[in-house]
Amino acid sequence: MQTRYLIAGSSHAALSALHAIRMADADGGVTLVTRDARLPYSPTVLPYVVSGRSDPGRVFLRDEEYFRAHKVDYLPGVALAALRPQDQTAVLADGRTVCYEKLLLATGATPVIPTVEGLSGVPYHVLRTLDDAVGLHQAMSGVREALVLGGGLIGMHAAENLARTGAKVTVIEAEAHVLSAYFDADASGIIEAAFSANGVDLHLASRAVSASRDERGRIRLTLGNGHSPAGDLLLVATGVAPAIGYVNGCGIQCDQGILVDERMRTSADDVWAAGDVAQARDFFGNARVLNGILPDAVEQGRIAGMQMAGDQAAKDYAGGVPLNTYSFFGKQALSVGTDGRGFADAEVHKSFDPQTGRYLKIVMREDRLLGIFSIDRWIDAGVMWELILRRTDLGPVKAQFLADPQRAARVLMSKTWR
Amino acid sequence: MGAYSTISFDAPKCDGCNDCMLACAQAKSGTDEIARSRIEVLKSNGSFELAMCRQCGDPRCVQNCPAAALEKNDATGVIDWDETKCVDCLLCTVGCTYAGIAYDRAAGHVTKCDLCDGDPACVKACKPGALRYVTTARIYNEVGQLEDLFAPGLSGCQGCNTELLMRHTLRRVGPDTVLATPPGCVPGMGSVGYNGQTGTKVPVFHPLLTNTASMLAGVRRFYKRKGRDVTAMALAGDGGTADVGFQSLSGAAERGEEILYITVDNEGYMNTGMQRSGCTPYGAWTSTTPVGERGQGKTQDAKNMPLVMMMHNCAYVATASTGFMEDLYEKLDRAIAASKRGFAYLHVYSPCTTGWRFPSQQNIEVARKAVETNFVVLWEFDPKNGVRLTRPVDHPLPLAEYVTMMGKFRHLSGEQLEHIQASVDKHAAFISRLAGERDAQMIRHLAANRTAA
Repeated sequence: MQTRYLIAGSSHAALSALHAIRMADADGGVTLVTRDARLPYSPTVLPYVVSGRSDPGRVFLRDEEYFRAHKVDYLPGVALAALRPQDQTAVLADGRTVCYEKLLLATGATPVIPTVEGLSGVPYHVLRTLDDAVGLHQAMSGVREALVLGGGLIGMHAAENLARTGAKVTVIEAEAHVLSAYFDADASGIIEAAFSANGVDLHLASRAVSASRDERGRIRLTLGNGHSPAGDLLLVATGVAPAIGYVNGCGIQCDQGILVDERMRTSADDVWAAGDVAQARDFFGNARVLNGILPDAVEQGRIAGMQMAGDQAAKDYAGGVPLNTYSFFGKQALSVGTDGRGFADAEVHKSFDPQTGRYLKIVMREDRLLGIFSIDRWIDAGVMWELILRRTDLGPVKAQFLADPQRAARVLMSKTWR
Repeated sequence: MGAYSTISFDAPKCDGCNDCMLACAQAKSGTDEIARSRIEVLKSNGSFELAMCRQCGDPRCVQNCPAAALEKNDATGVIDWDETKCVDCLLCTVGCTYAGIAYDRAAGHVTKCDLCDGDPACVKACKPGALRYVTTARIYNEVGQLEDLFAPGLSGCQGCNTELLMRHTLRRVGPDTVLATPPGCVPGMGSVGYNGQTGTKVPVFHPLLTNTASMLAGVRRFYKRKGRDVTAMALAGDGGTADVGFQSLSGAAERGEEILYITVDNEGYMNTGMQRSGCTPYGAWTSTTPVGERGQGKTQDAKNMPLVMMMHNCAYVATASTGFMEDLYEKLDRAIAASKRGFAYLHVYSPCTTGWRFPSQQNIEVARKAVETNFVVLWEFDPKNGVRLTRPVDHPLPLAEYVTMMGKFRHLSGEQLEHIQASVDKHAAFISRLAGERDAQMIRHLAANRTAA
């Protein structure tokens, strides 16, 4: 097979790149291969499939008609097996080879299974594919006790879903707090309190040492802290890693993920990477980091697609900014930017109202916004992200910003880039 | 995908009354709480700022949605939100740098502007007129589908807006047209063609400067007698209209001939070397009103041709500018309709990059500034409704902002500028007075009294 553009992957980064390519090049041949046999969907929607809120038949981001209309040769259920960048050739899992002019690697991530003695001997769930989600949704009914290994977004969403069905849920998290990648100890504390109030048992700073079946057939985990909770269902949600087995030995430089420059180019000519596989520059420092969040996948995919199609308007990647949104038990948590770790001169403004449970933390440095975090207090995350990226001088409006960041940010937006 | 209508915000007109937010909260949330409005006007240091959904062409909120709950509607341009698919993850709000989609705590989900199905409540509630529902899209969507009836490659000067005017008007008027283009820039740039071929896809002829309107009157009468509805249309310069061709024009207008007569007013005989015409304004340099030791440009004011035509009691008279295409289109539609029952006269101000001496990319900006300074007043007239200002300028810019844009006024002395400013003000006041309701009211009053008697 021959194609002008080969895209490997079918989630946000891949679809965003495809969109950008078609904006600049309406006709160049595009082939999209993806290991998933389903139509494109987002891993982010899966917790809602688990909870039953999303109909698994209605979560697809594109349909066959979209690919037809955009002249895309769409090949689901075919993974990338190997690469020969020097020949501009990709080998697919079914043995076919594809010769490409430009290649995008956006193959996403797969769950990391921790080393726990006996884990392979007990049944457990992971949550990364639509099949996983449908399976977990079905398995949830009738569960009275559940174990969730990992207090990240996937684990916490699942724990809430399970708790809402009436199950007794235990969450085991290795870090001192849940969701520590996005929230500081105070915010995580508020989240943890909500879970505890809803009957979820949290074991923080704890690791599972071993797993086994107990005498009643239940799964029992033995923790480093001496506890040994048991459940009818175990979800392993201890994180994900880039799904990049196909790069082994092909010469493309990798670290934790595929290393890319500010234009999402890999070390090989005519090969780009975006999304969960890409290790790209950090906005706040010089290191290259994995920033596995949906909005960044969209941004990286767009930049890669524009570069691949030779779009004159292509700009450099500004760098990854950690950010997320998280709803739990009817509350909204938002995080945009860094909490100031690594900046000795960062100033932190915090407020917490125990009555309402509202939390706000603003981190600034030299009158520029570094990060903003809130619980049950609305801030426009997209506007805040833009203020960080633009390094907008907040000096003249600092008092207003600290008092009412949403309003001040909206005024700045309207004055600056509306 | 076409172009779409949108809500525009003119901040200087806003008075901060918050009626827009109240109207939105009532229409969309069934409450008087303006915090639940999807449009937010923010006061800041005496000015007003706006946060609302822009219905982006390439929306990031849609790309950020993991649940396929947001979609750009190809037909309406609105970014539609599907409640049955939304999972309240809020990632759309991360993608929006305009605060156009935000969480409504009382509703329990994100909300955004949906343009009220094309009839926005906020716009209707805005008394000062700061919010407008802009429908420029019509030009793109409708007129863009019509056939371009001029040949490609018209040879106008760089930056000339007359080609824009020619292509747009003939597109709108349509193929059942006989076009007259008397000597001037319009035939000069190729509309009458070369070597036996015309530059148009409709019959076009090249009358003398003196007889454009009388020839068209004959063409229209002929086709009418033959039972064919043909638009008799002129695209003439200001010299061919106000000076040389005036006798035949005045006669045709007085007889009520069914003609669509469009004047492209570039304030002089630009095609033949930039000589003065009756429409050249006071103080302007032309090759026959030179600037030197003694001369300082034209010493007379311009003849106000559209007002002269109004006094012929034509079926329709209007002024227009390529700086305001929506306004021009509305007038063109009315002029076409009027030309089926009488004389329709459209006077389009057309800045001339070469003869006025300004950079070629500035044409539309010059046209816009002419209106914004009241140098050109946009109005329309028909015998039933009298004069109406179609784009009143509440706070005109100082005339200096217009005249300093071009070389033909570079030499102006302070006195000359004062003279022009005084003429401009007087003219604007005169048109405003004409546009007052009083005449129409008085006529209705008299008519009513007659009936009663």
